[in-house]
Amino acid sequence: MTTRHWVALISAAVLALVAGLLFGAVDVSGHALVGALTGALTGDAALVRTLRMPRVLLAFLVGGALAVSGASLQALVRNPLADPYLVGLSGGAGLGAVLAIALHFGGPWAVPLAAFLGALAAVAVVYRLSVVAGRRLDPHILLLGGVVVGAFAGSLMSAVITLAAASELRSAMLWLLGGFGMASWPAVAVFAVYAGVPLVVLLVSARGLDLLTLGEENAQHLGADVEVLKRRVYLSVAALTGAAVAVSGVIGFVGLVVPHVIRRWGGPLHRQLLPAAFLAGGCFLVAADLLARTAFRPLELPVGVVTALIGVPVFALQLRRSLA
Amino acid sequence: MILRGVGLSVRYPGAPRAALDRVTCDVMPGRLLAVVGPNGSGKSTLLRALLGLVDLEDGAVSLKGRPLATWRRAEIATVLGVVSQREEVLFPLGVEETVLMARYARLGPLAPAGPADRAAVRSALERCDAWSLRQRRTETLSGGEWQRVRVARALAQEPEALLLDEPTVALDVRHEMEVFELVRALTEGGLGALVITHHLNLAARYADALLLLDQGRTVAHGAPREVLREDILSSVFGWPVAVAPWRDGSPQLVPLRPGETPTR
Repeated sequence: MTTRHWVALISAAVLALVAGLLFGAVDVSGHALVGALTGALTGDAALVRTLRMPRVLLAFLVGGALAVSGASLQALVRNPLADPYLVGLSGGAGLGAVLAIALHFGGPWAVPLAAFLGALAAVAVVYRLSVVAGRRLDPHILLLGGVVVGAFAGSLMSAVITLAAASELRSAMLWLLGGFGMASWPAVAVFAVYAGVPLVVLLVSARGLDLLTLGEENAQHLGADVEVLKRRVYLSVAALTGAAVAVSGVIGFVGLVVPHVIRRWGGPLHRQLLPAAFLAGGCFLVAADLLARTAFRPLELPVGVVTALIGVPVFALQLRRSLA
Repeated sequence: MILRGVGLSVRYPGAPRAALDRVTCDVMPGRLLAVVGPNGSGKSTLLRALLGLVDLEDGAVSLKGRPLATWRRAEIATVLGVVSQREEVLFPLGVEETVLMARYARLGPLAPAGPADRAAVRSALERCDAWSLRQRRTETLSGGEWQRVRVARALAQEPEALLLDEPTVALDVRHEMEVFELVRALTEGGLGALVITHHLNLAARYADALLLLDQGRTVAHGAPREVLREDILSSVFGWPVAVAPWRDGSPQLVPLRPGETPTR
């Protein structure tokens, strides 16, 4: 990553945030945007300030968190195709959320909280499965166990959805496909404060992650305490992804595609990869959310659909190019 | 004495016999110890035991006179440079970047690499005749170049001893010789070295001492000519061999075909 790369990334982030604020179901003027930023609470400025700003910020934070999680997880399991959602989190979170919807738990925080608890439960099971011989965390089992636990939770979720009333079914499906329609300032605040801790932990582990990409044995020879490192990274990734699912539903491909592109761009060393992936992931999800809001307005697409529609072709192209 | 293992025994869970059975060895400054023996004789287990990477059933390892268990991993990495048998490149890196990883143990998580680190990297690459490769990417290196870079990375740790696990696997004669010449030159410069190898003939020529293992036990330990004897080798490897001295006096082994006898 050169200075030019950083300038480009930061500019793109600012641009995405501004575009996200300006456009939507209704486009607002630059004047209204300035008004909103300086605290005006009338007309379009109020719309921007109370609805769009938290939405755009939440999308940015979630996108950044997912990209950092993906990059870290890929080093941990030594597989560039790992997505944070593969480690069983999405299944667990989805089950929690769908249960909360089906059981009519009230309040704005019921579904996110249930999703978060579901994700943590899935993480706990996968973690337990992956600790071999009482102390060694096996990254392969982590990945495969995640897939299995995710599938199990997914089938339970399907059962709940089948048995639920039709109106609940639609809201559950929409939630599962991901979106920022429910974003609010409290949600932004809670997520920002909460996500700060695992993000810092991962950033401090950046050199350890570099070493892990050489294989566990080589990492140990170069001075990494790999068992502590692996646990720290896995739990941070799980905490970040669980919170992301809780506030925005299941959004795939950000954690897969963004780190991949940044690595090709700026190399695989994590001290630069992680912050760059945070910025790029934030941009990507803000842009995807903007597209979700504007492509068929006034209807909104689930943002998870948009990230998949962009992410899959980009990834396929990158894959082809890396093989060529 | 840099690294000393005394009476090391290791038993893997569920294994019928000990993988390592009361083996003692020392890595000393300026000395090259070659560990040899058939497949499954415990060579790699010995290395892992010396590095504290397996549980000992019995015995003790000390590093610079202090029990190994009291050392943190990052501290160990400042004294011992290890070149493992395998390393698969997951994400392609520049040669200089990969060698700079040797400095992480000294830098900790946050400190940026400084002039001392750059100098260590440069000096290590130069000693391994790999400075010209510094701009290359690891996935474009040949097997021999890659191995030189990995030895350079271990050297950039500025260790007191190098431990190498079959460093010449899959290398042709020239690259094999280059690795042994390099390790020998480094020990002449005062570094301690332990090399696990299947090349008995090269071990005989380059090592100060040989440790011959079989089924986890020490069969012979000493100067090359004490260890590489026809009777010992024929019985350990289960194949008749002849041993004759090369011009420099080092014992060289020739495996015999059926019907041949070792007599000259």
